[in-house]
Amino acid sequence: MPKLNRWWILKPAVFVASLVPLAWLLWDTYAGNLSPNWLEDFRDRTGIWTLRFLMFTLSVTPLRRITGWASLIRFRRMLGLFAFFYAFVHLVTYVWLDQFFDLNAIYDDVTKRPFIIAGVTSLVLIIPLAITSTKKWIGRLGGKRWQLLHRLIYFSAASGVLHYFWRVKLDVRAPVAYGVLLAILLGIRLLGRAHVSRPQVARVGAEKSVGRL
Amino acid sequence: MLIQRASDIPSSEITSEKLYHNRREFIKTASAALGIAAAASIMPGCMSSSASGVGQKKPKGPYDTDEKQTPYEDITTYNNYYEFGIDKGDPAKNSKNFKSKPWTVSVEGMVKKPATYALEDLIKGFTIEDRVYRMRCVEAWSMVIPWMGFPLAELVKRLEPAPSAKYIEFKTLQDPSQMPGQKPTFFGSVLHWPYTESLRLDEAMHPLAFIATGLYGKPLPNQDGAPWRLVTPWKYGFKGVKAIAKIRLTDKQPLTAWMEAAPQEYGFYANVNPQVDHPRWSQASERRIGEFYKRRTLMFNGYAEQVAQLYSGLDLRKNF
Repeated sequence: MPKLNRWWILKPAVFVASLVPLAWLLWDTYAGNLSPNWLEDFRDRTGIWTLRFLMFTLSVTPLRRITGWASLIRFRRMLGLFAFFYAFVHLVTYVWLDQFFDLNAIYDDVTKRPFIIAGVTSLVLIIPLAITSTKKWIGRLGGKRWQLLHRLIYFSAASGVLHYFWRVKLDVRAPVAYGVLLAILLGIRLLGRAHVSRPQVARVGAEKSVGRL
Repeated sequence: MLIQRASDIPSSEITSEKLYHNRREFIKTASAALGIAAAASIMPGCMSSSASGVGQKKPKGPYDTDEKQTPYEDITTYNNYYEFGIDKGDPAKNSKNFKSKPWTVSVEGMVKKPATYALEDLIKGFTIEDRVYRMRCVEAWSMVIPWMGFPLAELVKRLEPAPSAKYIEFKTLQDPSQMPGQKPTFFGSVLHWPYTESLRLDEAMHPLAFIATGLYGKPLPNQDGAPWRLVTPWKYGFKGVKAIAKIRLTDKQPLTAWMEAAPQEYGFYANVNPQVDHPRWSQASERRIGEFYKRRTLMFNGYAEQVAQLYSGLDLRKNF
């Protein structure tokens, strides 16, 4: 089977799969499956999915190393852009449903509340990554600098976990679980650093733009 | 055709109001708040035969709010009751087999007769009344709930506290076999069980302080604290300790469950106060369940006129 065909199917499949959480959330909203406080459910679920997509994105490199399936890199950009997409929807729920565009209240939150600051930091850090996710930008920045810039995702994910950790009332099990997962994903990178070559940049450059967001 | 006729009747008359009144009348005459579980099953029969209360507007009590009441469905499917799980849908899901009858209550400390009582004996003769109260959760959402029950003051008087008693402490039932949230997990417990809450005795004697045995004219559902629970509408919802199994009168301020878990975030008083934020989020506004826009939170949850004098001279920033 020619290799191209497989990607022609797989990439759109991952794209559609990445939209499932949103479709599922919209369905739950429409069908009345959410709690009586459904506006906050909507906000919370988009937040969780942001964090999950950050983790998916960060899993690509370790999974490639462990499985040896180097082609996984083809999904990384898309997953990262979906993380940004869910983060953006999450931001909209906050600005619209929570604060109803009350700039004073938002200013108050952003300057005073650590969990909001962590959330905003997480979002702000991946904006440049979303912008520079194109082939053109890789060329413009040069592979090395581009890669350095994109390490910001580590800090974005860490901020996201902290945002979640500070937000829950008391039961920190879920945020701690995300923290542990993040530590593992970053730890593998440190371990692998010494003896594994890193062909990602070239691969990204060669990647076809099928399924780009 | 049927649909058109039905729509001529105000929606308030279709079910709940009538049912509500009949049930309440029945319950009042039957009196025993705990017999209501049994009574509820024969209720449909007395609905058609009883004429009393039909079509009458329920008189609004001095403490009732006439704001739109939160639907029964929402009150009974969205709340915090960590003994049955952390998610707000968990209590309704996991409390189905909870046994709230028979119920015994251990009365301890500085009272005339410390002993273990059957709940029905402890509250025998109390008139069950209605109270439509606002409920403001510390998580910044709120509801309007038509409770039934009796003023806490009546119970306190019946217990005959010693003159030196200053606080009343309540504890929820401790029974991990019925309350899965109380089972220790690998990560330990979220709160220290049993759940403990407390009021200053003068707060407990305030006419707003209420013990609920029902809501919407029905016995209190398990997930909302059956068989009886505390309701203090000027305080954050977590003060409302559910399924009370222990009452203790004391002269020392008890350590409540949330103070123990996070003293920097939850204080003894827990009065609703839009000016004193939770350390991590704002308390200035709230989302009333069922409303799209948030509304401003009122001082003492709108009960300032009644309760503010309890706290004169107290720094509410320090005593949050």
